[in-house]
Amino acid sequence: MKRHLLLSASLALGGLLMADALPAFAQSRAFISNERDHTMTVLDMDTLKVIETVKTGRRPRGITASPDGKLIYVCASDDNRVEVYDAKTLKLVKTLRSGPDPELFVLHPSGNPLYIANEDDNMVTVVNVENNDLIAEIPVGVEPEGMGISPDGKYMVNTSETTNMAHVVDTATNEIIENILVDSRPRIAEFSADGKQLWVSSEVGGTVSVIDPATWKIIKKISFKIPGVADDAIQPVGVRITKDGSKAFVALGPANRVAVINPKTLEVEKYLLVGQRVWQLGFTPDQKFLISTNGNSNDVSIIDVAAEKVTKSVTTGRAPWGVVVVP
Amino acid sequence: MRSRARAAATALVVFACAALPAAAQNATPPAGAPAAPPLAAKPAAAIAPEQTFRIGVIRQIPEPPPWIAPLQMPPDNLGIAGAELGIKDNLTSGRFLKLDYKLATETVPTDGDPLPVAQKLVEDGNRFLLLDVPAEQLLRIADALKDKDVLLINVGATDDRLRMADCRANVFHIAPSRSMLTDALAQFLVTKQWRNWFLMVGRTDADKLYAEAVRRSARKFGGKIVAEKTWDYGPDARATAQSEVPRGTQVGEYDMLIVADELGEFGDILPYNTWLSRPIAGTQGLMPLSWHPTMENWGASQLQSRFFKLSNRLMQPLDFQMWEGVFAIGSASLKTRSSDTAKVRAQLLAPDYDLPVFKGVAASFRDWDHQLRQPILLTHATNTVTLSPQAGFLHQSSPLDTLGFDRPETTCTFK
Repeated sequence: MKRHLLLSASLALGGLLMADALPAFAQSRAFISNERDHTMTVLDMDTLKVIETVKTGRRPRGITASPDGKLIYVCASDDNRVEVYDAKTLKLVKTLRSGPDPELFVLHPSGNPLYIANEDDNMVTVVNVENNDLIAEIPVGVEPEGMGISPDGKYMVNTSETTNMAHVVDTATNEIIENILVDSRPRIAEFSADGKQLWVSSEVGGTVSVIDPATWKIIKKISFKIPGVADDAIQPVGVRITKDGSKAFVALGPANRVAVINPKTLEVEKYLLVGQRVWQLGFTPDQKFLISTNGNSNDVSIIDVAAEKVTKSVTTGRAPWGVVVVP
Repeated sequence: MRSRARAAATALVVFACAALPAAAQNATPPAGAPAAPPLAAKPAAAIAPEQTFRIGVIRQIPEPPPWIAPLQMPPDNLGIAGAELGIKDNLTSGRFLKLDYKLATETVPTDGDPLPVAQKLVEDGNRFLLLDVPAEQLLRIADALKDKDVLLINVGATDDRLRMADCRANVFHIAPSRSMLTDALAQFLVTKQWRNWFLMVGRTDADKLYAEAVRRSARKFGGKIVAEKTWDYGPDARATAQSEVPRGTQVGEYDMLIVADELGEFGDILPYNTWLSRPIAGTQGLMPLSWHPTMENWGASQLQSRFFKLSNRLMQPLDFQMWEGVFAIGSASLKTRSSDTAKVRAQLLAPDYDLPVFKGVAASFRDWDHQLRQPILLTHATNTVTLSPQAGFLHQSSPLDTLGFDRPETTCTFK
């Protein structure tokens, strides 16, 4: 159904798009940023074949999509800009200001503005994606990285890797209202879909702090044990929680595993073996599959969410970093 | 003082940017979506500090070598620049908890006495002292300040005895010991099956200590010293290296020439001048170091880039060690929220204290000798080859404790 809708929508736009149309232009596609060869792999999620490898700015890392799935935003870290691609034609539409060394960002649920972590400058830059205006620069801790936003858009959370805090920003004022000390090198902040939990992964600390946004207090620190893997190789990074709140997935870096966690009990239930130095995670829009980027084996693993099994791995560019899937 | 002024200037710039009028009030969110937030921000209010951490730094300029290669000319602010970056980082983190950090730096000439300088810094209220002074001076300072309310942090001296028989309860060690460095190298050479070593030792006492650490590492990890020589071609053999080094290195077969030349008198003229085509490691060639400008993994490039922005040069091991020293206090301060030295000291030794130092795994202090356990880089001039501990060197509590003197071997008893 979706495919037909998209197809007719594109047809309605006239022949312009058709001229540019790629063979896979209507399928669900995954976009994967490849940090070390400055490209973005576009993966057809039906066939799991690479449709195209798009050249991007230097050192692409953070990647996300507009709420309607039409635009792909990429942090080109070494070019100090955010690039915006048309998800269908794969063409660069425009670039946005980003502040220096943008690493990760999060889009407001309304689709605007974009909150960007400036890793070298201890700032979060807020940019209007419509007109590229600078809305605010919010001073945060050292090496800001993880960026999460509450489902209602009221709170933006940034983690600073060297300060070891999650900074909670009121998006109405762009001011910090709370600083939560977590374990070393916090990488990712992710809200549950109901907004009742905030998960923050700590790469060097080896834990995930689950925070109650009602009080901004840590409810539990989840830690990990894998037989045969040294504790200090277990480095939590990417976090994704299913919309129905039934399962959470945490990428464990050089442990080469993705942990499956029950968000109700906050207990780890399973470890899935994926590629090397697993970094970020992204669901397909129907949440039937989860994709993990494996930075050191230059591939992504496709995880069947219901079966909790890795079904396939697909070769990408060098050092795949982030992933987003659009319908 | 300079670093504080600079940090303040940076803060002003940030606030000024934040105060720029945002001309983006007219963005309209799509219907049905969560409303976009107001598109303006106010500058953050200045927070009055509640706790001040006063950190003093003393660097005694070491004896200069007879000659210095142009690429290795030490910068005037060697080390100090790292401490300044540490303060800047601490200020960025600490302001969220109303913590303040101040740095006082003192440089002592080669033939000067750092003890009165240390005493003065303590009288001025500095409760944390970073020391880059020779081992003998460090012991004098530690003993003279034994009953004072001050924590000493050794950022420069690599002498193993400071962690062993001459350990002091009021001293923490950030600088890796010689045995940590040579163990890191030995693990790599053994992993590569380059087990037969030719050891070339310089003329200084420090070189003899480095050589002793190499011998110990060979015994520990199964390396074999098949030949050993003392460098006796004078302090500056650059002009005659091509004829002298081939003769001086005819010792039969070996896998690796290990150099003990801490001053840098001859190690750099050995490569490509040896009789056999063998690589060189130790104080020159492939070097075990705490840090190097070519280190970029695990977020290291961010620290390198912050350092370059502040100092307009590359970050050297002593810069890194001074940054680590200041950062170690800063990291503890976020938990203690108090500059009380007893509390900071307890936090540095707490089981959950971990210091993320951009090397993949966290550093922490050994309780038996106050040495910071951390991975060691093996690097040549233009590349970081690997980090030790190497895979497969196992340990019952931390693989990092395969480097240097482990708990069962220590002769340290704090008094």
